[in-house]
Amino acid sequence: MNAVSPQKDFLLSVEGLTVSFDGFKAVNDLSFYIDENEIRVIIGPNGAGKTTVLDLICGRTKATSGSIRFRDTELTSLKEHQIVHQGVGRKFQNPSIYEELTVFENLELSFPRGRNVFGALAFRRDAEVRDRVEEIAGMVFLHNQLHTPAAILSHGQKQWLEIGMLLIQDPTLLMLDEPVAGMSVGERLKTAELLHTIIKDRSVIVIEHDMKFVEDIAHRVTVMHQGKVLSDGSMTHVQNDPKVVEVYLGH
Amino acid sequence: MNAMSNPFFTRSGWLYLAILAAILLVVFPLALDPFRLNLVGKYLTYAFVALGLVLCWGHGGILSLGQGVFFGLGGYCMAMFLKLEASSPENTAIQSTPGIPDFMDWNQVTALPWWWEPFRSLPFALFAVIAVPVIFAFIIGFAMFTRRVGGVYFAIITQAVAAILTILIIGQQGYTGGVNGITDLRTLLGWDIRTNDAKTILYFVCAGLLIASLLLSQAVHVSKFGRLLIAIRDKEDRVRFSGYNVAAFKIFVFCFAAALAAIGGAMFTLQVGFMSPSFVGIVPSIEMVIFAAVGGRLSLFGAIYGTLLVNYAKTSFSESFPELWLFAMGGLFIAVVMAFPDGIAGLYNRYLAPHIARLLGTMRKRDAEGHSLANPAE
Repeated sequence: MNAVSPQKDFLLSVEGLTVSFDGFKAVNDLSFYIDENEIRVIIGPNGAGKTTVLDLICGRTKATSGSIRFRDTELTSLKEHQIVHQGVGRKFQNPSIYEELTVFENLELSFPRGRNVFGALAFRRDAEVRDRVEEIAGMVFLHNQLHTPAAILSHGQKQWLEIGMLLIQDPTLLMLDEPVAGMSVGERLKTAELLHTIIKDRSVIVIEHDMKFVEDIAHRVTVMHQGKVLSDGSMTHVQNDPKVVEVYLGH
Repeated sequence: MNAMSNPFFTRSGWLYLAILAAILLVVFPLALDPFRLNLVGKYLTYAFVALGLVLCWGHGGILSLGQGVFFGLGGYCMAMFLKLEASSPENTAIQSTPGIPDFMDWNQVTALPWWWEPFRSLPFALFAVIAVPVIFAFIIGFAMFTRRVGGVYFAIITQAVAAILTILIIGQQGYTGGVNGITDLRTLLGWDIRTNDAKTILYFVCAGLLIASLLLSQAVHVSKFGRLLIAIRDKEDRVRFSGYNVAAFKIFVFCFAAALAAIGGAMFTLQVGFMSPSFVGIVPSIEMVIFAAVGGRLSLFGAIYGTLLVNYAKTSFSESFPELWLFAMGGLFIAVVMAFPDGIAGLYNRYLAPHIARLLGTMRKRDAEGHSLANPAE
């Protein structure tokens, strides 16, 4: 990093972020920073505002006040697709895939080329697209299902497909909302392994409840409570933080 | 379908195209007298609208109950040119202001409005047939889709637009011909369009344009744009978070459907010889949706057959029981939605297509065997 710079260059700086729904502040004056290549896990009780934070970063919800800077770009004024073009990818809590298309087509639509109307009309399925789709399908354990309609995949496979759809975009910041929720033990292990391979060379924000899983992957953990950061640091640090213990056990 | 290649049509698709072309270009002209053929030509003009609805509504999930607006605008643009040609000073010598359309004279309009003036030129009129509806669709689409108005709300708004335009046309009688529309159209660059020969030629033009429109729609359908439409219908948010500006895609497909409807409207004016607000309003717009629904809102071929079938039924039914037709139409629509939502094409795909595919498959196998016999080296 540049030693002259008084401030470290973060990949993502969230500062004073507030969103209010009819007076209820789902996220209240929240600030946190994500480094390049960092894996950050956000945990917290239900209703703490975790998913809302991801919604704010990816533009699905508009912030009432505060700023979200991604490298040198302010994200709060951009539209969803522009935020994606900046290099932010988002996986939803429930698998969000195109059920009526095949696995191949799902991945192909996520391939970052021909993203405007005329580009899409002129798009050709060339060797580059096919190779990349097959490569990604291999990574997410779906190489034998390329021509299967996505609707008939298992729940775990749908989650992997959506992760694959994000990987093919090659985002700089990947946001995953409960990637192992509803998965079997076997699928969970494979997903952890998958996450370990895909987190190389990119930053990841994960929301997760499974503590075993969190311990396994997190560089840093942010605990949220009532729209604010309650505690921030290593897994052992937050686990021993009395405030965290109170929030989790006091309920 | 094989995802490795991206064929324009499957093998059976080419067969369907050949059958459709044979029916429209050979069977109908040989089997029907000029009057009936002209009637089929009129039905086919609605099929343009149905094709657009397959892409816009069936694939893209955007239900427009106002396609009559675009059909009408296309038809009116054509009618304005024809009316000006029919209103030469010689033809209108008995009017108090000769040289302007008769309905203007009846309404004490004494000069041709400035916006009628360019319609003296056929190239301009043909350009306007497409451009006016597309620009109008773009304005509606831009206003609605960038604000994320969709679903039922969009359908209601398009319906309101259809009602407003009808009222506007009827209210501005002196400039539009009012409730009677623009009638008594005679010639196209001096060629009398009212004769049987002319009507037969126009039928072929209409059928040819319809097949061309079908091919164009199919080209959109098999492109990545076509798959994105389905993706948007399925999971709009996911498309957005894959980096696509969903509103732009919706505006495009809405304008595309409007352009097809407009071509249909212009061909209607040419073949039927007039255009009136009764093809613009809510009822015709909903009828057009029913044509697509009965044929199968996911199938381009189905839309054409559905249009022909419902219109044939309408003509024969309303000849004997005119007051019952609307009830029958409503019943038909409910039946389609409840019992077979994918229409005739859906029934065909479920019950008939597997047999056809098997038949084609054995043919192909025989082809392949014949081929390998002819080229033993391979």
